[in-house]
Amino acid sequence: MSRYLVRRLGFVVLTVFLTSIVIFSVIQVLPGDVARVILGREAGQAAVDQLRQELGLDLPAPVRYLRWIADFVRGAWGESFSLRTAVLPLVARRLSNSLLLAAVVLGLAVPLSVGLGVMAGLRQDSFLDNVVSMGSLALVGLPEFVTGLVLIQVFALQLGLFPASSSLADSSGLGGKIAQLILPSLTAALVLLGYLARLTRAQVIEESGKPYVRTAVLKGLPRRTVILRHILRNALMPTVTVVAISFGWLLSGLIVIEAVFNYPGLGSLLVFAVSRRDLPVIQAISMLAVVGYALANLSADLVYAALNPRLRLE
Amino acid sequence: MTRASTPAPLLEVQRLTVAYTRAGRSYDAVRQVSLTVQQGESYGLVGESGSGKTTLALSVMRYLPRSAAVRGGRVLLNGADLLTLDAKAMRRIWGRRIAFVPQDPHTSLNPSMRIGQQLGEGLSTDGLDQRQARQRALSLLADVHLPDPPRIAECYPHQISGGMRQRVLIAMAISREPQLLVMDEPTTGLDTTTQASILDLIRDLVRRRSMSILYVSHNLGVVAQMCDRVAVMYAGELLEDAPAARLYARPLHPYTQGLLDSVPRLGQNKRRVRLRGVAGRPPSPAETRSGCVFLARCPLAIDLCNDAPTLFETAEGHTARCHRWKEIEAGSADPRQPASRKAGPPRTPTIGREVLALQDVQVHFPLRRSLADVFSRRIRRVRAVEDVSLSIERGFALGLVGESGSGKTTLGLTILGLVERTSGEIHLLGKPLPSVIAGRSPGTLARMQMIFQDVDESFVPTMSIAEILRRPLIRLSGSPPDEASSKAISLLEAVHLPPEFADRFPSELSGGERQRVAIARAFASKPEVLVADEPISSLDVSVQAAVLNLLNDIQVVRDSGLIFISHDLAVIGYISDVIAVIYLGRLMQVAPAAEIFEPPYHPYTEALLSAIPLIDPRGKQERIRLQGDAPSPVDVPRGCPFHTRCPRFLGNLCKEVDPPEQRTASGGMIRCHISLDELKAVQPRVFAFSSPVEGSG
Repeated sequence: MSRYLVRRLGFVVLTVFLTSIVIFSVIQVLPGDVARVILGREAGQAAVDQLRQELGLDLPAPVRYLRWIADFVRGAWGESFSLRTAVLPLVARRLSNSLLLAAVVLGLAVPLSVGLGVMAGLRQDSFLDNVVSMGSLALVGLPEFVTGLVLIQVFALQLGLFPASSSLADSSGLGGKIAQLILPSLTAALVLLGYLARLTRAQVIEESGKPYVRTAVLKGLPRRTVILRHILRNALMPTVTVVAISFGWLLSGLIVIEAVFNYPGLGSLLVFAVSRRDLPVIQAISMLAVVGYALANLSADLVYAALNPRLRLE
Repeated sequence: MTRASTPAPLLEVQRLTVAYTRAGRSYDAVRQVSLTVQQGESYGLVGESGSGKTTLALSVMRYLPRSAAVRGGRVLLNGADLLTLDAKAMRRIWGRRIAFVPQDPHTSLNPSMRIGQQLGEGLSTDGLDQRQARQRALSLLADVHLPDPPRIAECYPHQISGGMRQRVLIAMAISREPQLLVMDEPTTGLDTTTQASILDLIRDLVRRRSMSILYVSHNLGVVAQMCDRVAVMYAGELLEDAPAARLYARPLHPYTQGLLDSVPRLGQNKRRVRLRGVAGRPPSPAETRSGCVFLARCPLAIDLCNDAPTLFETAEGHTARCHRWKEIEAGSADPRQPASRKAGPPRTPTIGREVLALQDVQVHFPLRRSLADVFSRRIRRVRAVEDVSLSIERGFALGLVGESGSGKTTLGLTILGLVERTSGEIHLLGKPLPSVIAGRSPGTLARMQMIFQDVDESFVPTMSIAEILRRPLIRLSGSPPDEASSKAISLLEAVHLPPEFADRFPSELSGGERQRVAIARAFASKPEVLVADEPISSLDVSVQAAVLNLLNDIQVVRDSGLIFISHDLAVIGYISDVIAVIYLGRLMQVAPAAEIFEPPYHPYTEALLSAIPLIDPRGKQERIRLQGDAPSPVDVPRGCPFHTRCPRFLGNLCKEVDPPEQRTASGGMIRCHISLDELKAVQPRVFAFSSPVEGSG
């Protein structure tokens, strides 16, 4: 187990290191001089040179990389070019919003989709199974801006149950913020629901047909024991991995949903930063996304190992 | 309405019909089958794939796949019809009154639960608390002779061997003292020596607990050794049902006779006896048939057989589904043509006819090194083949026999150049062979061919049979493309397949037919040496004989050398002129075929022979059982590699010193510290058989 843990941890560190190099290099090769971008087209060459020196842009690339990564670890993420504010508090606020949304989405989607997938898988070809299979296929196929707009139309504009905009303004209070979370998280949850329910259903069907399940049934065990102890334990392993990967997506990839609902998450900030060539913000968000993905994967590996002794005991 | 004199039967299957639905079509997998298992009886159900034997067993368990449905009949356990019970009622019967031992120990245990837990959970449903269940689980593990039960209980299935897993499954099945065990090929896939000790275990357990068994198998030998009564199934119907001794001595159905004649008996050799086998191919389940199900393959079929026969009671407790059973019993209708073939005395190797020679061939595979290995400068290797020297004569067959992991397949692949040898020399017709196939010329490739074990995966599925045969003809033999097609047809004829097979694809052929094509392909380039790796073990019993005969005929006619690899000593003994016994990559014994069955033998050969389930239930065998599993080829024991399991272990000498190669009078070799005279003095003939086939042959 400890060897497995060390290997996975090493893998996380390596992943973050390699992607940080990629992020750093991509920004280096982007056209345009950073100092020129900051100072604007009219600035004189002397001022630009001076700023380059101040920013350390005249140093060799490896040194700049080391400085940059050391600053990142220390939390010195610099100042946003476009907003003229410190990057750290800006990104941190957006990150906490994104984390909140991700948690609510997973809290909604995982129990629902696993439950539906398991029930459908255990009753293959039943009415419920057909409904779940068709419904989840439809959800997988629908783009999230469509589901988002439909939800706004129905629940916000017609029924007036929830607000259409989810800007989480401080003025809206706790109750207001909770209400604002509902529609965006429901939209993202519906996307996940389709994937997870289909995956779970397929896994439950596959495991149910395996000889060890027959052994369990023919022992005379209660059906509940066969399902919980034998089928689900083995069937849910792939689901764990997919949930972890989707956590990374929820953290920084919800660009469309955040735009539709005007939600202040990392995704919309990233879009904003890209449109303004706000490099410090882009770098910070990219690094956060990488670390988020890596940690989510690590936790998936750990849960997977807990479920699967063949991995743990190798 | 049971009479006092006959106790009520434990299990009665009455006119059971089970149908599968596939692609909208329905067909019977089991048709109108009736059988009775008495209290304490071991009842064997023999059949080939598609015979319906497993479907029948699963019907008795009430555990049929979704695509199957019972169309009629009853399954009475102690007089109560199981087919009328719902799942809830069955849960009180499963495990407690009937238990199931499945075929595949590798997939039949939950991979993510500890053995002890899996064994204990069935017991907990009987109201035992956690501690009691654990105690009982440990004593059950001891009952099935597993060493160190507390440790095994803590293991996950992947941490123990297949044989040990099968013991766990047996412990699970007997844990709640059921009246009936339904066993579906419980030893198929295990090594012969492991199989022998599992069969011993089952016999002991059943006798001590007076349980009944419904034993399903394709292996006539295993059933002969295990069962009091045997029924033969074919194409969903029961063809014959009789006490075991009677069925094997006086089979009355032509199919039963054919099955018994399809497998070589221990000690039979091709130079003296020709296997008869069963003509034709096993029926496909979707075929519609009228009349006798065996009609198409029956050598005794007459017009009458177009009317389906019923089960005739030929004697008390013996039934046969054949119109001509009386003639067969009287001997006036005998499908057994003169089985023997006039053949000269066994040929002995002659100098100068050697085609292939191996000198000290060694094959090691490096293992992935862990960090600890790097620091300790330890190099861990799989020693797959260790110092093997052999020679193969033209027109002769060398049998290579060993258990799984013995290195026999690796040796075959090394000869072909598909695996690189670590050291040693191989000479083909006196010329040294490059180690890997890439270094060999097309001419060399043409001279050496291989037949693989897995018939299903040794062809490109999108190539027609003609294309499959044309390739070696054009590439290796240099036939012009326009001649290759007609040559392909004559190859098909040589393996007794009709020319229209040329346009078919591998998936359209049965297993036996595909293996014939594989033989044709191998002989296309007129090889001097042919390596056949378990070529019949994936085939149905009734077609094994035909493939074996064919392979043998072509090899003798073409005068090529054959290396036949198998785990089955009876088959090896039949096909081979010289037999090499391999254990952990080392040759333990090399002997002419006739000699391998007589003392002196290597103690390992002795154990292998004693582990073979003889087809004749009256056959008597010494009982020599090996302890535990073979060591891993990574940690080959010092001294004699066999010393950890040897029944004739001497002591430190065997542990420390590599045993010498002792030469026998006939030029054979036995690698053992015990002298040949001594071995001969202490070793009895391991088996004695009285086969009617052998007698008439």
